[in-house]
Amino acid sequence: MQKRLPIVLLSLMSLVAIMVSCEKIIPSSPKEDEILDGPVEGLSYDQLRRFALGDAAFNNEIFTPANGLGPGFVATSCGSCHAGDGKGHPFTTLVRFGQTDETGNKFLDQGGPQLQNRAIPGYKPEQIPAGASFSKFTPPANTGLGFLELVADADILAMADPQDLDNDGISGVPNYAVLPSYVQAFNNAIALKGKYIHRFGKKAAAYNLLHQTVNAYNQDIGITSSFDPVDAYTRMVIDPEISTLTVNNVVFYLQTLKAPIQRDAGNAEVETGRKLFEKINCSGCHKPTLKTVFSPVVALSNKEFHPYTDLLLHDMGPGLDDGYTEGSAKTFEWRTPPLWGLGLSMNSQGGSYHLLHDGRAKSIEEAVTLHGGEASASRNRFNQLSGAERNAMLRFLESL
Amino acid sequence: MKKLFTLIISIGIGQMAFAQIDPKLLRAKPSDTAKNSLNMDAVYERPFIAVGKLPVSVGGYMEANWQYQGTDGISEGQQFQFRRMTLFVASTISKRIKFLSEIEFEPAEKEIAVEFAALDLELHPLLNLRGGMILNPIGAFNQNHDGPKWEFTDRPIAMTQMLPTTWSSAGFGIYGKNYSGDWMLGYELYATSSFDDSIIANHENRTSLAASKRNPERFEEIASGQPLLTGKVAVRRNNIGELGLSYMGGVYNKWQSDGIVIDDKRRLNVFAIDFNTTLPKLKTFITAEWAWIKVDVPDTYSQQFGSRQMGGHIDIVQPVIKRTILGWQHSVVSLACRVEYVDWNVGKFRETGGNIGDELFSVMPGISFRPRQQTVLRFSYRKQWQKDILGNPPARTGAVQFGVSTYF
Repeated sequence: MQKRLPIVLLSLMSLVAIMVSCEKIIPSSPKEDEILDGPVEGLSYDQLRRFALGDAAFNNEIFTPANGLGPGFVATSCGSCHAGDGKGHPFTTLVRFGQTDETGNKFLDQGGPQLQNRAIPGYKPEQIPAGASFSKFTPPANTGLGFLELVADADILAMADPQDLDNDGISGVPNYAVLPSYVQAFNNAIALKGKYIHRFGKKAAAYNLLHQTVNAYNQDIGITSSFDPVDAYTRMVIDPEISTLTVNNVVFYLQTLKAPIQRDAGNAEVETGRKLFEKINCSGCHKPTLKTVFSPVVALSNKEFHPYTDLLLHDMGPGLDDGYTEGSAKTFEWRTPPLWGLGLSMNSQGGSYHLLHDGRAKSIEEAVTLHGGEASASRNRFNQLSGAERNAMLRFLESL
Repeated sequence: MKKLFTLIISIGIGQMAFAQIDPKLLRAKPSDTAKNSLNMDAVYERPFIAVGKLPVSVGGYMEANWQYQGTDGISEGQQFQFRRMTLFVASTISKRIKFLSEIEFEPAEKEIAVEFAALDLELHPLLNLRGGMILNPIGAFNQNHDGPKWEFTDRPIAMTQMLPTTWSSAGFGIYGKNYSGDWMLGYELYATSSFDDSIIANHENRTSLAASKRNPERFEEIASGQPLLTGKVAVRRNNIGELGLSYMGGVYNKWQSDGIVIDDKRRLNVFAIDFNTTLPKLKTFITAEWAWIKVDVPDTYSQQFGSRQMGGHIDIVQPVIKRTILGWQHSVVSLACRVEYVDWNVGKFRETGGNIGDELFSVMPGISFRPRQQTVLRFSYRKQWQKDILGNPPARTGAVQFGVSTYF
């Protein structure tokens, strides 16, 4: 018995030591600036609880035929398209079709505006109708959307220059469209003939994050809600397949996802790149700094942030004109995509870049050189940069 | 006063225990100690206790553990888990008619399941009829999965999340064995209840045979109306080891409703190979299993649900101390390591031609202590890398586990 005691005590002490120190031997978190998901700093406990509920619904709720998937669909969950809340992959790139001008979509009765290119067993997926133009949209990153939602219409209009009065070759116009019945206009909204400035999506065709979320559930997953009870496949009104609370939680999650954090901001090459970015006037559209208006969510209220977008539509030239559009945008106009988080795109796109609206650009450099229209002058200046200057600018873009 | 109270309580409990059952009546019924046994014998290769002259033997096992697990720095903290308790009841109805059942309680799953309840009727040593709730002989782990037999708390991922261990079904079949010198050959062939559409429509968001386990109707109704066929051939040579080849397949989906054809018939096919051996001299025990799954997934469905999967594991167990430890004679301390790999979606994206991810690699070193052969205390550390379907940088998981498992 005397001999056993030391062995027993030693074993127990070892076990307790492991239990106490086990936190040290699990893999550590990636650095905060290397990931896109996570809540904005400063949320209260109740807001964080709501964020967690939205996070679970967004990333963990998988839809099957039993809980409403399809019959036609693009993806089986929100997280399928936005891995790690980052940009999407061609696997979940969606196709929209049927609208060529501001008069509206002519193919709504043939499945427009979005193609549900997949279907549950026993059903056939949609096909693009003959004669319909279409465009492919790669899923965007989700991060920082709450800040973008809180930019005042007046600030957006202040960046617009439809007549190019400053002669920099860049105009920029908002996408005015009619609000869906379930969407309330912002307090500071500036309407034009009953239409409101929309800001989310490749063509800026979604007004706010509720509009975006309800559309995505309906058109991407085939999930009806109390906001939009029309089934995308049958065109019939059916019972909601997701609760209103869940939709609201997901909207809150998207609103309170943190903004991407720049990496290596103090690096000399990155700083050189930043200056070149402004010098060749990429910042004419990719506005580095915007600010939010008041929000009951204190963490988002009256904040300055750095998204590198002006939320406006710009003529991007014939090379990027797919012949399809939404709202009042022309087919060659695209909303300036925020550049924040750009350098982390590969971590959510399967290790490769799939940039521009349809993922056709396989590098940041290719994306820049495919710019046309209002961006032609900046693109030309980029092409004239020396190798070192170009590398510096790319390093800056990767740091975002 | 306190000591007196404790003494009275102890005596009281002891008296009550004797009042319930006389331990002298309990006869440990040794498991089949014949050297020539295969994985297919695992259901009978368990310690049973016969009670007096009752015509039944009983036994069981339980598993519990402490765990700390975290992925990329995020952890739910320390957890105590009671994984399962299983009861066996066996009965030799006559010399060539046997019945064995296994009932499993899994509190976390809120599940009480009849895992095995079959009548074995020996027509000839080479031809036995088995009917009831059977364990489909796909691979080795599905048949030989008792917790106390393994050196790790976690079951192999490929065998439980890709293959659906424990996969038991209602059905009938035949089996037999033949010995010849150092050689032994066994076979099994069963027709049973099958899978359903949930293998490609589930909340795992991937093709998952295990998803069908949640459908209780499978014990009464085959979704496709066609039985699942499972067959296995195993050969063993003493001093070399056992090799098993198995197949399971059939139509899995509900393709007709009230006589109306509503979908194509879709098949699944599963192939598995398993091997185990004990190296002479070193006494290193090695067991390995690998499986391939092919599922007919509609082309118009999502590639999220793969049509091909593969994966397996290898466990290496090296006894390092065999002696009396803390008064337990023939105690064994072993070092062990498990390596696992699963690819839940073998193939390439139609859109890019790039490799589809959704794969996992895990290494788990551990140490075990067996005071008796039927009881194991085990400690392990898991390091795991799991890629999502797009092949993004893997989520890194670490897990420390300490567990106990014992037959009783």
